[in-house]
Amino acid sequence: MAVGTETASAENLASELPQRQHRTLWGDVWLRFRRHTLANVGVVVLVLLVVGVLAGPLVYTVDPEYSFIVDDIDSINQSPSVQYPLGTDDLGRDTLARNLFGGRISLAVGVVAMFVSITFGTLVGVLSGFFRRLDNPLMRFTDLMLALPSLPLLLVIIMLFRDTLKALLGPELGIFLLVVLVIGILGWMPTARVVRGSVLSVKEKEFVEAAVSVGTREPVILWQHILPNVLSPIIVSATLGVAAAILTESALSFLGLGFPSNVPTWGRLLFENKDFITQNPWLVIWPGMFISLTILSINFIGDGLRDALDPRQRR
Amino acid sequence: MGQYLVRRILTIIPTLIAISFVIFAVLDLAPGDPTSALPETIRPEIRQQIRKAMGLDEPFPVKYGLWMRQFFVNEPLSLIENAFDIQIGDSEERLRVTSWGSRGVPVMDMILERLPQTMWVVGLAYLVAIVIAVPVGVISAIRQYSVFDQVGTFFSLIGYSIPTFFTGLLMILLFSVKLKWFPMIYDTNLQIVDWDSFVQQLKQSAMPVAVLGFFQAATLARFTRSSMLDNIPMDYVRTATAKGFRERYVVIRHILRNSLIPVVTLIALGIPAIFSGAIITEQIFRVNGLGALLIGAIQLNDIPLVQTVTFIFAFLIVVFNLIADVVYGVLDPRIRYS
Repeated sequence: MAVGTETASAENLASELPQRQHRTLWGDVWLRFRRHTLANVGVVVLVLLVVGVLAGPLVYTVDPEYSFIVDDIDSINQSPSVQYPLGTDDLGRDTLARNLFGGRISLAVGVVAMFVSITFGTLVGVLSGFFRRLDNPLMRFTDLMLALPSLPLLLVIIMLFRDTLKALLGPELGIFLLVVLVIGILGWMPTARVVRGSVLSVKEKEFVEAAVSVGTREPVILWQHILPNVLSPIIVSATLGVAAAILTESALSFLGLGFPSNVPTWGRLLFENKDFITQNPWLVIWPGMFISLTILSINFIGDGLRDALDPRQRR
Repeated sequence: MGQYLVRRILTIIPTLIAISFVIFAVLDLAPGDPTSALPETIRPEIRQQIRKAMGLDEPFPVKYGLWMRQFFVNEPLSLIENAFDIQIGDSEERLRVTSWGSRGVPVMDMILERLPQTMWVVGLAYLVAIVIAVPVGVISAIRQYSVFDQVGTFFSLIGYSIPTFFTGLLMILLFSVKLKWFPMIYDTNLQIVDWDSFVQQLKQSAMPVAVLGFFQAATLARFTRSSMLDNIPMDYVRTATAKGFRERYVVIRHILRNSLIPVVTLIALGIPAIFSGAIITEQIFRVNGLGALLIGAIQLNDIPLVQTVTFIFAFLIVVFNLIADVVYGVLDPRIRYS
């Protein structure tokens, strides 16, 4: 009997083995991410928004600055209709075209500012986690940056350097670079702290010790052994960083200190249209809804990624 | 503890000096001429004299040193003088930080004038947020995955993701434009003299407080929930339950008390953030508080006022970091300061 069950289970095992798929690290992450319902909803919504914003202006070829008053005096403050899918604003400009165009800039600011802050935060975090001598001064610096009030400082820096950069690089590119750089430079600190913590714990692992013992040079250890292992907190904070940057840019524009008025971003549209809220509430609802949907879906994706990348959840 | 406190307070000083340096340097090194707002008709040589009188021609270290003395010696002295109605030294000769925009009004006086509005809105919002968030977080955690938990988690994610400037505008749309329950604009001149004006004050505060409070409550509720969930599987909870205590008793006396330690720290850390958040809320509802003062000063290029308000925000952050550290130590006996 005992022999029989043993062979049976061995047979079972043998028949199971070929069926079990080859699993990769990222394949596992993907499988776990798929189980997170809200994160998947977030991906769908975000993809729709991004595709809409990128491809929309190619399909819907209405000039966002064109005023329909020229054609028809009654075309101001229209509610959504067949002719104007999302209505028109107080100057008779098409709201859909303006929102599509504004979305491009808002999303671009979010992504580029995230790259600035992630690059800087990872650099500081890795350096201070890996090199003991740099740890104290770099972390002091991080603490100091964290104690700076970011929103007031952001407003001040943009106010002060706006005109210079505008003169130097033109109104659009100048302001874009300024906004992106300032948001990135005032937003890297949380990433640096998280990365430092991960580097400190990975540095003590046996495989690093092994690499050191066979005489691997420090840059190689850092690049090939440590960095790949601290990738997951970086990915999560990069995701959440996009949402934070979009939110900050919208707040700046909402206070009237972001992009100039001929460059609509979602925040700028809210700022321009908030005084017409009684005449035409749609003008405020659309851009606000787009900002909220973007941030909500990115936050869902971030939550999903955090769970998917956490090796303790591996089954 | 006492020794730790003293040492911790002493470490604040270099931080504050470093922050003041950053704020001063950013504003001083920035391009742009502070006399550019003056009328065009002023002749260049007079403009030059104005610049000299403002001390703009001095080298950077001298300017910074003079500003430090004004800011850290003269201003506190004047504040003490005003508070206790006494005179310390030669107060007529003492140079105070004055606004460029409002013709030499001391900056601190302008700030003190605006502070009550911000404090009222921010304080009330935070109070509302705490009162809502902590019970919601606690109930969500003990009834994990229940309908209450799922609704609560969903709302806190929404509150956390929708920017305050959009919730604010939506509330105006709903409660001012459609339902006409609350006024659209906050009237700062309103004096509370009788019951009616008190009700009016409550009505006009309702929306700004709700917007700020909702956002803050979302963060706090998430945090309270996860802190409770960390404690529920602990051994001491099982022991307490095994001893036959009622669930309510275990939750309140054992789990809640331990879970609230990080929550209280977060509450202290969040106070400076809610002040910056008020900048946006004040713009939506036209509350003329500290945030509105800052925005106005930025638009007028009023550098002394901008420096001071920004520094006050930084000061709040540093002080509440200290308070959070100390409170954590007081509440959690496992933390030993040596």
